[in-house]
Amino acid sequence: MIRLKVNGVARSFSGDPQMPLMWYLRDELGLTGTKFGCGVGLCGSCTVHQNGTAVRACMTPMSAVAGAQVVTIEGLGSGHAGGLHPVQKAWVAHNVPQCGYCQAGQIMQAAALLKSTPHPSDADIDQGMAGNICRCGTYQRIRAAIKAAAGEAV
Amino acid sequence: MNRIENVSRRGFLQGVVSTGAFVLGAQFVPEALCATPSEKVAAPFGPAGYPAGDPVGATAFHPNVFVGLEPDGTVVIVAHRSEMGTGSRTSLPRIVADEMEADWSRVRIVQAIGDAKYGGQDTDGSHSVRSFFDDMRQCGAAARVMLVQAAARQWNVPVTECEASPRPHVVVHRPTGRTIGYGELAATAARLPVPAKDSLQLKPRSEWRYIGQDAAIYDLEEICTGKAGYGMDAHLDGMLYASVEHPPVLGGRVDSLDDSEALKVPGVRQTAAIDPFKPPHAFQPLGGVAVIADNTWAAFQGRKKLKIRWNNGDNASFNSESYRKELEQTVRQPCKVAWNRGDVDAEFAKGGKTLEAGYYVPLLAHASMEPPVAVADYRDGRVEAWAPVQDPQSVQDTVGKVLGIPKENVICHVTLLGGAFGRKSKPDFVAEAAALSKKTGRPVKVVWTREDDIRFDYYHTVAATYMKATLGSNGMPTAWLQRSAFPPIGSTFELNNTYGSGGELGMGWTDTPFVIPNFRAENGPAVAHVRIGWLRSVANIYHAFAVQSFAAELAHAAGRDQLEYLLALIGPDRVIDKEDLGADYDNMGADYKDYPVDTARLSRVTQLAAEQAGWGKRRLGAGQGIGIAAHRSFVTYVATAVQVEMDKQGKVHIGRVDTAVDTGTVVSPDSVRNQMEGAAVFAASLTKYGEITATNGAINQGNFQDYPMCRINEAPREIHVHIVESDAPPAGVGEPAVPPFAPALCNAIFMATGKRVRELPLTRSGLA
Repeated sequence: MIRLKVNGVARSFSGDPQMPLMWYLRDELGLTGTKFGCGVGLCGSCTVHQNGTAVRACMTPMSAVAGAQVVTIEGLGSGHAGGLHPVQKAWVAHNVPQCGYCQAGQIMQAAALLKSTPHPSDADIDQGMAGNICRCGTYQRIRAAIKAAAGEAV
Repeated sequence: MNRIENVSRRGFLQGVVSTGAFVLGAQFVPEALCATPSEKVAAPFGPAGYPAGDPVGATAFHPNVFVGLEPDGTVVIVAHRSEMGTGSRTSLPRIVADEMEADWSRVRIVQAIGDAKYGGQDTDGSHSVRSFFDDMRQCGAAARVMLVQAAARQWNVPVTECEASPRPHVVVHRPTGRTIGYGELAATAARLPVPAKDSLQLKPRSEWRYIGQDAAIYDLEEICTGKAGYGMDAHLDGMLYASVEHPPVLGGRVDSLDDSEALKVPGVRQTAAIDPFKPPHAFQPLGGVAVIADNTWAAFQGRKKLKIRWNNGDNASFNSESYRKELEQTVRQPCKVAWNRGDVDAEFAKGGKTLEAGYYVPLLAHASMEPPVAVADYRDGRVEAWAPVQDPQSVQDTVGKVLGIPKENVICHVTLLGGAFGRKSKPDFVAEAAALSKKTGRPVKVVWTREDDIRFDYYHTVAATYMKATLGSNGMPTAWLQRSAFPPIGSTFELNNTYGSGGELGMGWTDTPFVIPNFRAENGPAVAHVRIGWLRSVANIYHAFAVQSFAAELAHAAGRDQLEYLLALIGPDRVIDKEDLGADYDNMGADYKDYPVDTARLSRVTQLAAEQAGWGKRRLGAGQGIGIAAHRSFVTYVATAVQVEMDKQGKVHIGRVDTAVDTGTVVSPDSVRNQMEGAAVFAASLTKYGEITATNGAINQGNFQDYPMCRINEAPREIHVHIVESDAPPAGVGEPAVPPFAPALCNAIFMATGKRVRELPLTRSGLA
């Protein structure tokens, strides 16, 4: 039995310990904001926070999250004014998404980046965000939104 | 639009709006085509208590409903086009709301299911706003006029004393200044006749409230909080999860199957064969073996344990490298004449400075971030499906044919699309889900892996082109010959279809808008060995790459500036006769009198992009370059100037991009900017990295490590979008900024390095 917390809620899992966290979140908990994009950690659509650090949920087996605090896009804004994390607010203000499918992963990655680097340079953003693909090509707005959220994010 | 009807008391929006609502229906197709109403259905989202989504089923069973008004003032507008990231789900309702003088914050959008009563719903070809702009305005205007009439009736005053503006969502009685909210007028308006269409006064442009103003997309906050419902997120209680092992080669069949190990995987319930298609493949499933399980992961794991021996069939002879040589040989020989003006052969025979060049663009995959996915529930000869599709009516057709049921028995709910770019107009994956639901007696969700997506796409076709021109004494071409060969999209729908259609050749080939006295465009045959489909901007990609690169090659040969030469080729401002653009020129279905080829507009965007880029004003250092290209597609004019810098390893870095666009009247400027920005990144990806290859009929690529696309550090650093103010009718936005990008980039690389790129992607020549 694997016990963990997802968005602050205690959960337990007794299935295949090799099952990636992504499918547990999506198929078992119905937390579908975490998206399946590539399954091999190349696109970042499935990014969540494990104990405050951005991880690829598609490459994180359930065995690796025993005892962990997992936060998904559905829980990111919890405790923030209006229920939106500053990164989410910046995404809204910059009208970042086109199709939007990758954006939960982008937002989770950006939130983690700003936690470790509150005022990122362009090079920091390049490095921090290069693991997240946006096929619609919204990178320019992602960069602007991260800069807008810089200093406000926690 | 044929007519607008007041359908308030006919129950057409039952379940979506209350019985007291005022509802206008817009009749876009002959009544005979309208489907019969059927009962309301449940919505698919909700295992985690998320909003149940819009009650889409209820609306869409009713004829052509576009706008309703609740007694509480909520305006309900039906979106009958699919939202894949271009913003049409927001833009079209804003057109209605503008004419209606409705308060946008009180508008609720309901997504339509697939139904012929909506007319064509295939959301491609960049024409949602172009095709429905007038209809949406008339619908909104009718609602506004009726609400004003309703107010006059309730107040018992002359209607001439009442008006709907300037405050939204209220009617004002001018002499007294008293107002009444729209919601309070719903019941009265619901009983009024619709004004005659020719009596409707549309608002003058100066009074537009939303058209031309920036707006957040309707689903913005839901997307940013993970609540938006994509196809990948659709869920039905009791559903099973399936993953399909497809034949690695198009047309392949299962010779033998051993599923014993697969069935031992915990969570796997069964395997099921999917029938091979009957040629031509069209949108039928590819066939293969499905593993059906309790969750997606178990289905994927079980699939890895399948032991299948395939009979690969005739396409196992396909090798993309040798196929390329065949195509290149084809275009070195005379081909079928697609369009001719003057006599290029006589001009070539005169001698003079002659240039030849061959260009090549490989197969490309769509690779939308959301792989193909669908949920289907088959019961008693009826299928209900939820899927991220560009064309829900083609789901009805395809599922109906595959299952042998009438298409009216196929209900297709359209979710948000996690990208599409043309792939999701082809509903083979929905038919898989439907077939498996029928076999299992349970709702089934089919999830394609990224590898499935890249290996079993409807590819953007591979194209070889050959160009030849001879230059006159002033350096301008006196004769220009261009030949292309590519497996056409028609090969997907018809056996032995090997030549480009008029539609494909009208995308930048026969309609090359240059002043050249002798011009011939030809097209040669090419046999398809993979499924060919349309990808964002379609044939314009390889046509513009050849034409705009070759134009720059001629400029160089003539010793002239690339920009100045391109403008000279486009020539004097003029509207080109349709008869000069190709025998089958269809202008993307747009009326030529409203959307002619106007070289003034092409020149203007070219000049604007160049000016904004500082063309000729900026001193370029070693290893730096700037290039430009201009192209009209989807009846929109786009020019792009790209600036590059080469690093020490000889790799290109894209700095500033200036894209100028004339797309006529703009509904949402920010959506236009977003699409132009995105197109630059999409095109940078295909130019730098995009290549699908095949060995013995099987695709070699499978995921983002071997089919890469630009990441944030590889994308153009700055994209500046310049929108030409225009009151011309609205034109296409989603696609037309893609075609000029590759040639502009390669023209910049030429300036920076002296190397002329004639084949894509740039990784082939070590430049990326």
